[in-house]
Amino acid sequence: MRTVRLSIIGFGAVGQGVAKVLLAKKDQLEDIGLDLRVVAIADSRTAVIDTDGVDLGAVISRKKTEKTVGSQDMTGLEIIEKIDHELVVETTPTNIVTGGAGLENMFMAFRKGRDVVTSNKGPLAVKYKELMEASKLSGSKFRFEATVGGAMPVLNLTKDSLAGNRITDVEGIFNGTCNYILTRMTEEHAPYEQMLAEAQELGYAETDPTYDVEGIDTACKLVILANCVFGMNATYEDVTVTGITKITPEALLLAHNDGYVIKLIGEVNDSRINVAPKLVPIGHPLAVAGSLNVASVQTDLSGPITVTGRGAGSIETASAILSDLISIYRN
Amino acid sequence: MRVSMDIELKDIPGQLLLALKPVSEFKGNLISVVHHHEKRTPRGTIPVQVVFETKPDNLYNIVSSLEESGIGIVRIDEKRYFEHGAVILIGHIVHTDIQDTIDTIDNTGYAEVVDLNLSMPKVKMPSSASLKIDAVSKEHLTQAIDILKEIAKKKDLLVIEPIKSELGAF
Repeated sequence: MRTVRLSIIGFGAVGQGVAKVLLAKKDQLEDIGLDLRVVAIADSRTAVIDTDGVDLGAVISRKKTEKTVGSQDMTGLEIIEKIDHELVVETTPTNIVTGGAGLENMFMAFRKGRDVVTSNKGPLAVKYKELMEASKLSGSKFRFEATVGGAMPVLNLTKDSLAGNRITDVEGIFNGTCNYILTRMTEEHAPYEQMLAEAQELGYAETDPTYDVEGIDTACKLVILANCVFGMNATYEDVTVTGITKITPEALLLAHNDGYVIKLIGEVNDSRINVAPKLVPIGHPLAVAGSLNVASVQTDLSGPITVTGRGAGSIETASAILSDLISIYRN
Repeated sequence: MRVSMDIELKDIPGQLLLALKPVSEFKGNLISVVHHHEKRTPRGTIPVQVVFETKPDNLYNIVSSLEESGIGIVRIDEKRYFEHGAVILIGHIVHTDIQDTIDTIDNTGYAEVVDLNLSMPKVKMPSSASLKIDAVSKEHLTQAIDILKEIAKKKDLLVIEPIKSELGAF
């Protein structure tokens, strides 16, 4: 049995999802010889530390009732610096302008020789190259499948399953909020504003939806894909972005009459990174409805490979984190 | 462009070769030849259907050459455009001179707007339109859409084009 001591830095929806998944999968992890022991959890204000293993169930319910994770006065950054452990699960909120607390957390983790698994797009969209260099320098493992497409495997698909293939293009839907709004606009023949309001009511869209509907979220994921799959050193500025706010129900109807649906499509290849609404033929593998995500990877040996799945959600994102975690420590 | 031609050959050796020679001579690309040897016309000739690709300028030479060889041409069907694409436009389409938008594509010589559907819900609200564009090849279709995107940028219109795989880029 291999014991891996880890911290969860950031205890919002994804951080809690990770805790729940670790609890639920304890036996299965033991079967493959892994004892994943959470030694510290931090949210933006509080922390809990226990070198024998934090009681995850207790922390989850405490977070629910008291809005705190514990009574210890230590920041995430201090935990990464001072508490002895192997892996940092970085799940703080995304900041795509500065990289936010996540960026500092990751650099600190690498400085201390700790591995990092994250769902936080911000740091990767801002300082991909620097992070990769820092992780290499310290010999740390650095995995971030959860940053692109939630539960849907894209990065590891191209890196592991399709190893040996040359990837020529990746095209897909990487934002469930936009997909939901466009799908509902088509179904109800309703204007954008109305379906945005519905999405907000159902919790699919944030109060300030800019990040999703203007294509910024999709752009960040493409930056990560461009860097990770195509070896670029791209940042958000390199992406041409058009969002979905101008789409009319009439346009969706006209498209439908011609045999198309309109989707917010992210596309990346070695010459361009683009986010724009596009026409997708009805019945095409990319024409997935609701809040689903989809990615079609063009390869030289195997042609197109398409995956689809839930692009967001606490447990779904935690699933991607868990798979990264297992792939680091299984062998 | 692609040309489909029905011709009639005399039932003597060497006629088919004679009929196909002008196509290759004038750099046409032969796509199919269907030789209906079992069917005879009332004139006792054999009907043959030939499909080839050629530049528009060379078609005249091919036809004259066939006529000189005494080969009967029953029907010629030219199909200049065999790539079809659709795009959606959103914005003040009419007020930014739709005629000019269409003309710019038509004036390329390799692509044409063949269908336009316009939806104008309310005055001052953005309208939506679907445009069908025919072009001589996939590359030309992509070029025509790129030109359309340039015009649209100046006119503050949103262009929604088909996904890459639909445009046959792979």
